[in-house]
Amino acid sequence: MLETVILTIAKIIIFFAVLMFFVAYGTYAERKVAGGIQDRIGPLHCGPFGLLQPLADGLKLFFKEDITVAKSDKPTYYIAPILAVVPAILVIAVIPVDENIMITDLNIALLYFLAVSSLSVYAIMLGGWAGNSKYPLLGGLRSASQFISYELVLGLSIVCVAMLVGSFSLRDVVLYQKDMWMVFKQPIAFICYMIAAIAELNRAPFDLPEAESELVGGYHTEYSSMKFAMFFLGEYANMVVSSAIATCLFLGGWYAPFSILPFIPGFIWFLIKTFLIFFFMLWIRWTYPRVRFDQLMGMSWKVLMPVVLLNILVTGFIVTFGR
Amino acid sequence: MSYTEIFFYIFAVLSILFALLTVTRRNAVHAAICLLLTFFFIACNYVLLEAEFLAAVQVLVYAGGVVGLMLYVIMLVRKDEADEVRQSLGQRVIAVFIAILFVLEIAFISLLAYYGNYSGFLSSKMAQIGGNTESIGAVLYTYFLLPFEVVSVLLLAALVGAVVLAKNRIER
Repeated sequence: MLETVILTIAKIIIFFAVLMFFVAYGTYAERKVAGGIQDRIGPLHCGPFGLLQPLADGLKLFFKEDITVAKSDKPTYYIAPILAVVPAILVIAVIPVDENIMITDLNIALLYFLAVSSLSVYAIMLGGWAGNSKYPLLGGLRSASQFISYELVLGLSIVCVAMLVGSFSLRDVVLYQKDMWMVFKQPIAFICYMIAAIAELNRAPFDLPEAESELVGGYHTEYSSMKFAMFFLGEYANMVVSSAIATCLFLGGWYAPFSILPFIPGFIWFLIKTFLIFFFMLWIRWTYPRVRFDQLMGMSWKVLMPVVLLNILVTGFIVTFGR
Repeated sequence: MSYTEIFFYIFAVLSILFALLTVTRRNAVHAAICLLLTFFFIACNYVLLEAEFLAAVQVLVYAGGVVGLMLYVIMLVRKDEADEVRQSLGQRVIAVFIAILFVLEIAFISLLAYYGNYSGFLSSKMAQIGGNTESIGAVLYTYFLLPFEVVSVLLLAALVGAVVLAKNRIER
């Protein structure tokens, strides 16, 4: 009993540390990639190649003045930044990094992921509302409608995978992909998942909740110092976590591509694949301009939703008659 | 007392506490947050009952979806205005009647579960059939197919009704 408890706590600490490392160097990667795409250099002065930049940023955010808006709704104002980080951290409990390296093998892991990540919308909604200010409120409302629409697409694209595998456990999902990755069996579901994931994360080209040109800074306009940093942390943690889930669902988790290079351990492959999807998100952000809001909602309800429902129908036929 | 019992009492007390806060808070956003927490702790109790599927769906649909939509509407109301409005629909008699109906229903179900043969499957038996999710799916689409479809049509009707009402207002 005691051994399991200690082992689990150790695992949680290691997973958390790895996630935070990814988050910190995610911001660095974001700035370097942005620099590269825009023909700039990016962070350079802190340490070799600017590698200490995330630490410097963190330190700076800690020491900034912490302002609380006078007419804000205090409890909600304080809860919102915490809610931004917690769901992303909760998801790491079910991510299988290697065949036997995971915190827990939950039999409803996929539902758990959907349920927990659906809670992160409250951070943006409450953060936007609590500041008692116009623009953050508009950002919060936009985010809520966007999140609820795209959450359906995300859930349904996961259903396609779960139908083929016949299990909600992420470990089973990866084991199923030993011979062939899911991305080749369910390409449409993969595309829908990626679009929905980027839209849920409020990242460009779907970053309307924080559109600088029209909403000042969006839902976190009234936040400063560490409270602002929590929103920032939450966004990157969510990015890392949904990249990791995409790796499990579609890119074969810890399996080496096409059974070559098997001498590299599984968890390294997992981290490489996760980073590749993370890089893909950065690439998209710095390549495409922002879409219009009606285009965004139209795409969710009129394009992605019918496509993914049709995909479920076809998958159902294949599962029923293909065996 | 076993661990399960201790956790049950913690979650039960918390869910009742937040349910009470939901109906007593004057600020509508705070009430919605309390409702969210109530749903969350009820989901925790489902986990203790080894109904993991139900717990996940509870959080996904109620905590994630329904309360989100409620908040969406509440946030559109101006804060200072909302504080002044008397928050009552003047339907006390109907509300009391419905509340009593619910209490009777819960009491009836508890009695059936206690004395009758309707106690449902135990989780160990459930695992033999093929786990929580599979057995719910199987029962829902065979034994309870008709009620399930009726509920779906009912929800669809409510959806269409809401769209029609909203559309009328825009066209006027």
